[in-house]
Amino acid sequence: MTLKNWFKSGSPWIWLNAGAIAISMIMVVGLLALILVRGFSHFWPSPILMTDLTTHDGRQVHIVGELSRSQVLPAQVLRDAGVPIDDDIQLVTRHLIKQGNRDVWGRDFVWYPEVGMTEWSYPRDAMRLERREWGDFYGFPVRILEQGRTVAEGDQLWPELQQRIRRANEIFDEIRRIERGEIGNVNHRMERVRLSERRMDLQWREGRITVAERDQGMAALAAQRLELDQEYAVLQERLDALYQDVRRDTLVARVMDGREWQIPMAQIIRAVKPNDMSVFGKTGLYLKQFWEFMSGYPREANTEGGIFPAIFGTVTMVFVMSIIVTPFGVLAAIYLREYARQGPLLRVIRISVYNLAGVPSIVFGVFGLGFFVYFMGGAIDRNFYPEALPSPTFGTPGLMWASFTLALLTLPVVIVATEEGLSRIPSTIRHGSLALGATKAETLWKVVVPLATPAMMTGLILAIARAAGEVAPLMLVGVVKLAPTLPIDGNFPFIHLERKIMHLGFHIYDVGFQSPNVEAAQPLVYATALTLVALIVMLNLTAISIRNHLREKYRGESD
Amino acid sequence: MDGMTTMTEQNTMTHGVTAGLFENSERKRLRLADETIALEVQNLNLYYGDAQALKSISMKVAAKRVTAFIGPSGCGKSTLLRCFNRMNDLVDACRIDGRILLEGADIYERKVDVAELRRRVGMVFQKPNPFPKSIYENVAYGLRLQGVRDRKVLDEVVERSLRSAALWDEVKDRLHQNAFGLSGGQQQRLVIARAIAIEPEVILLDEPASALDPISTAKIEELIYELKEDYTILIVTHNMQQAARVSDYTAYMYLGEMIEYGDTMTLFTNPKKKATEDYITGRYG
Repeated sequence: MTLKNWFKSGSPWIWLNAGAIAISMIMVVGLLALILVRGFSHFWPSPILMTDLTTHDGRQVHIVGELSRSQVLPAQVLRDAGVPIDDDIQLVTRHLIKQGNRDVWGRDFVWYPEVGMTEWSYPRDAMRLERREWGDFYGFPVRILEQGRTVAEGDQLWPELQQRIRRANEIFDEIRRIERGEIGNVNHRMERVRLSERRMDLQWREGRITVAERDQGMAALAAQRLELDQEYAVLQERLDALYQDVRRDTLVARVMDGREWQIPMAQIIRAVKPNDMSVFGKTGLYLKQFWEFMSGYPREANTEGGIFPAIFGTVTMVFVMSIIVTPFGVLAAIYLREYARQGPLLRVIRISVYNLAGVPSIVFGVFGLGFFVYFMGGAIDRNFYPEALPSPTFGTPGLMWASFTLALLTLPVVIVATEEGLSRIPSTIRHGSLALGATKAETLWKVVVPLATPAMMTGLILAIARAAGEVAPLMLVGVVKLAPTLPIDGNFPFIHLERKIMHLGFHIYDVGFQSPNVEAAQPLVYATALTLVALIVMLNLTAISIRNHLREKYRGESD
Repeated sequence: MDGMTTMTEQNTMTHGVTAGLFENSERKRLRLADETIALEVQNLNLYYGDAQALKSISMKVAAKRVTAFIGPSGCGKSTLLRCFNRMNDLVDACRIDGRILLEGADIYERKVDVAELRRRVGMVFQKPNPFPKSIYENVAYGLRLQGVRDRKVLDEVVERSLRSAALWDEVKDRLHQNAFGLSGGQQQRLVIARAIAIEPEVILLDEPASALDPISTAKIEELIYELKEDYTILIVTHNMQQAARVSDYTAYMYLGEMIEYGDTMTLFTNPKKKATEDYITGRYG
């Protein structure tokens, strides 16, 4: 076959199309595979290596730690960077070792050249401690101290250590519970008392209540405050006792240069000897760490601990956004499609709405900050929360404004999808309803809109997919690096729309690029990205299954 | 009676399409003058933009009879039918002058409540158009619109309507299943049940059997025959046998004009106009 005939046959087009889809698939699958592998592998316990290094100037370094990654570099690059290397060497292999112990060395990730290293060994009693502060600790356990007195050494040390860590953790959980729950609750109520006092004062100044009324109210509030103070004192006492208790034990461990280091038991979350673990043990540890990542609170400037608040914030925000965007979008679409007079003006409006979808999201963020936060939030504060001023309640970025901004961002998607759904409803069904004496509104609400619900769900699915992954505008209108409280908790009114939230997308940015400890944070970026992708998939699947259920219910309508 | 038989036989020769329909017929020749008049059209003109779709139509429709409209596609018969319940109001560029009297009152008067009018003048469309609801809810729809909440009343009306539409026995065990599960013929009878549930005075049928198979068509025709006991029925069809079978009066329309209107037997056996004869004998065009 000649080339000309081949072109004529149309197969080049098939190859071109197939090639385009193949490249797209490879990119998508590759991206997902990278996130999956890096995200999931982070929690697998890696072995602790030990080796000795003789540096070029003859110093001896004893290294204990985990291999983070290795690199082969042209020697010239390192020479230019000021590392002395023999002239006859062309390529240099170097290893990034996570040696932890940030409190001992100041830095926990160090590059070492392979030249001058002895054979790596994996001592069975090498220990990794997960700690609440200072990151991981690597070393060898020596003895346990209780009130400064040695209680365990040698063979009994390890079981004793595990038991004492468990005890310390239980006490610590109790401390957390009191701090977050009960003291948080007391603080919340105290704040309300303070606001009530200010409100009363304001009312009196404006002449709406008399001095007597004010004094009477104040007295009641003062009594409440006294009660809360007492409650607080009791809790504080319990806390002090618990803190005293948790500080009882100390672990003494040897670090890699032979020094002995004291670690309070209260700081240790977990002690493991990865070199001494079976595959089952490692799997168990993997699952435990994965669960802690999903359900825990972040520590150490987000570089350690869990991402639960970010997951919670993302989901809450998407839900609030859905609640806002659906009625607005649906009503707007119904007006555009059913009531508005079709003409040039409507065409302009429709094109404008469609084009809103193409406006860069940061523009929505700036608009949200200016209009929602400062203008609307400021007005709400002046009119409804004057007692809290000058500290703003709604006049500051928060969950509600983030949701509003995203709702605005995703409004076009919902409108377009709903309009399309409405236009697909056959006119015979509308006429059937009208012929039975229904008014236009009755026909709409009883027949047309129910039939269009699957289309609305499609719009909502697209909106959720877009909103859950959005970061840029959120940084301006309510998402922060670390939110002290969740937007939903046990304190009245339970849903706190004015609170700032954490968000997975922003968390990725923050951990990956704003963190003081990039090496430690990097695996978390993958794990968080994996969580975000999985979360969006889950939200979408939920919405899709709801839509399919609705479709099934109204099956046959669009034939 | 003797003379009539002769005439029928004579015409059987010429009118091949409706051959045999009136043989042995016990049907009596009807006279509009003897009837109670349910609807009266007075000099009705209808325009779609600049095009005139109906040209000075005037006619009287007999109560509790079946009146059929026949004519080639685009002759305006469906348009005329839609005038009776003002469905043409939904067409933007549609303009009407003239009057249609329903029991003596003009339905195009300003103060008329269109929804109320449509409650009195029900309509069934060419394609079955059940709502995406259960069979029960489809029939109860009109009553619910009128604010009927009483379960007993609804149950009663649903059963009665479905019985009238000869559908009850087929669906009584699955009243709460989706109406889309029914066959086309059943759907059309459901739609008729839905229309009669609100007890209209007039029922408009716009080619109600054209999308159905012959058996379903026969059932619909039987149903029409039953329904005229209680309702004034207007039917548009381009099936002339159907018109001859089910109707008492027939109007032949062509290009927006009403060419001939009279009782069915006369129109089919002894048309006054050449155009009518050409059409019903298949020589049209």
